[in-house]
Amino acid sequence: MTNTKKTNAVGISRRRVLKGAAAAGGLAVGSGAITGFPAIIAAEPITLRYMGTAVNQHAGIKEKVKEDLGIDIEYIPVTSDDVVKRAVTQPNSFDILDSEYWMLKNIVPTGNLQGMDTSRIKEAGNITTVFTVGEVNGKKIGDQGTAPKKVSFLTAKDGKDFAAEPTQWMTLIPTVYNADTLGIRPDLIKRPIASWAELLNPEFKGKASILNIPSIGIMDAAMVVESMGEYRYPDKGNMTKEEIDLTLKVMTEAKKAGQFRAFWKDFNESVNLMASGETVIQSMWSPAVTKVRSMGIPCTYQPLKEGYRAWAGGLGLPKTLSGKKLDAAYEFINWFLAGWAGAFLNRQGYYSAVLSTAQANMEAYEWDYWMLGKPAAKDILAPDGTVMEKAGTVRDGGSFEDRMGAVACWNAVMDENRYMVRKWNEFIAA
Amino acid sequence: MSAFGKTSTPYWQALPFALVFLLFFVLPLGLIVMVSFWDYNGYQIIPAFTGQNYLDVFDGCIADLPDLCLTFATYLSTLEFGLMVWAITLVLGFTVAYFLAFHVRTLTMQIVLFLLCTIPFWTSNVIRMISWIPLLGRNGLVNDTLLRLGLVSEPQDWLLYSHFSVVLAFVHLYTLFMIVPIFNSMMRIDRSLLEAARDAGASGWQTVWNVVVPLCKPGIAIGSIFVVTIVMGDFVTIGVMGGQQIASIGKIIQVEMSYLQFPAAAANAVVLLAVVLLIIWGLTRMIDIRKEL
Repeated sequence: MTNTKKTNAVGISRRRVLKGAAAAGGLAVGSGAITGFPAIIAAEPITLRYMGTAVNQHAGIKEKVKEDLGIDIEYIPVTSDDVVKRAVTQPNSFDILDSEYWMLKNIVPTGNLQGMDTSRIKEAGNITTVFTVGEVNGKKIGDQGTAPKKVSFLTAKDGKDFAAEPTQWMTLIPTVYNADTLGIRPDLIKRPIASWAELLNPEFKGKASILNIPSIGIMDAAMVVESMGEYRYPDKGNMTKEEIDLTLKVMTEAKKAGQFRAFWKDFNESVNLMASGETVIQSMWSPAVTKVRSMGIPCTYQPLKEGYRAWAGGLGLPKTLSGKKLDAAYEFINWFLAGWAGAFLNRQGYYSAVLSTAQANMEAYEWDYWMLGKPAAKDILAPDGTVMEKAGTVRDGGSFEDRMGAVACWNAVMDENRYMVRKWNEFIAA
Repeated sequence: MSAFGKTSTPYWQALPFALVFLLFFVLPLGLIVMVSFWDYNGYQIIPAFTGQNYLDVFDGCIADLPDLCLTFATYLSTLEFGLMVWAITLVLGFTVAYFLAFHVRTLTMQIVLFLLCTIPFWTSNVIRMISWIPLLGRNGLVNDTLLRLGLVSEPQDWLLYSHFSVVLAFVHLYTLFMIVPIFNSMMRIDRSLLEAARDAGASGWQTVWNVVVPLCKPGIAIGSIFVVTIVMGDFVTIGVMGGQQIASIGKIIQVEMSYLQFPAAAANAVVLLAVVLLIIWGLTRMIDIRKEL
């Protein structure tokens, strides 16, 4: 059954490829632009294997790439744990790596990535300063943890060391990034929430949750501990053993007192917990909040005075990539920064790498809502056309500057990772 | 054919399977044991002999007494689950198998009812577990009913994300593994033995206890091995139904693997394997499965 299905799918895609190639070829001949790059690619369709979490693997992007460049993108969706695992152990199994910045600390020392030549990337100079120097509109933002600026550049093309200053060789070209905070159910809490400390407020006993992904969970925990006034971390993203012990001691006490309803590990679990009312306050990801809201249940992605925990992802190239495939990969990355994809991602509540090109591809009212924090002039639609937010609503947390400017720390891998994972397991068992 | 050729024939016949076994079981297991003695850092495993991974597994286990260390506490809680689930599935499984084997007369009906028992396996494990939430959750059906009947004044939290819900899910999932082997044993019982017991004046219970149960021992033993080993290694059920708040050995191993700490995971796996083998060894001491079959 599956076999026949597969053959069918292959048949269709092959036919479609041929058709596309013929059309593109005809177009090239017709326009007389035979020497242009689309003709080269059209002559011999190239497939790029794109490995990453499903977050960025939209069918819409894939179709548009095929249409604009004639390149076939083959998505390989894996969990974020497996992204690192495969990048480290099987660097030949993909052509484009969609990774998060914190993973680089584990991937780059293996030498499996090649530095990307910024001179081949048209918009390289326009990549937001969040990545290059850690600033939003000239204002420094929090750089605790694996802030992208610390791992964005290599010292050489084949370098295994990060450069402190921008160089010609980039590790990843940023795709999306966002600022994470706590999600709450305003209808059940019925009062303003302003601090991370509220996660452990006994008022929400048995109705709180945190995510059970040690490296991210411990950062949320650290935000809580710091806002409770227990301790000020020099770097939440790189704790000492004593700091790890302290953080998890606070969390363990809360767990034993029954503060948490459950922990969650994936997107759907977090949506279920919140939508069913099992929890009223929890760590959450932005699209999960949108999902809960789209079910007609009030849910707020609450800005907090201590700031956000940010994350960022980007596209990298494996060392083994060369020749036509490498050219195609650069082509794809240039396309990604050219605006269409940026607008596509901005409309889902993420932020894109080159803001100017994304803006050119968005309607003014969309830009005002998503990026400037103004009330929506019209209904805000999801990519599939359903209404996401009614006219008049304001984005949680406000503008790009308000949200990204208030970043306190970044997802990270700690030097004491080995110890942290063990202690986290103890916390879960407690 | 020489005498040697004749005696070696069975070995040749066993060879293909032995090779498969060697290649896909012994070799990987050997690798796991080997890796469990290696060192590692964030992104690679380092082939240098060290016992540190095992020391980490048992870190603080002696020093912290009487407080239980992570490993002891986790094994204790997993064993508790194992014991409870085993006891419940045994009673349930035996009863269902008994009904199927002795009370259902026709083969067709037996097959139909047997298929009914497999319904829980028609959907994926995860979906099955997620669907408990609307049933047992704070605003779920059970709590709604209890509230409406006035039996409780506020929603009961212990129904979900608790030891109760974990055991419930386990029983729901694994009773079939008890039913099948016991049913199989029961079908082999010579019906004239039951008639003889009755003729000799045994009551229904006496027949069950003195005739059926002893003859079902191999089925019970096999079912027990299934259930106990599955529960010992399970981490998805405990994770989802326990709200990720209850530790399991499998979960610890999974977390270590996801952080590329393969040697530590391997050491934990070796310890888990040893514990499970001990349990099975204990079971086979009580019942000689090979003799009974």
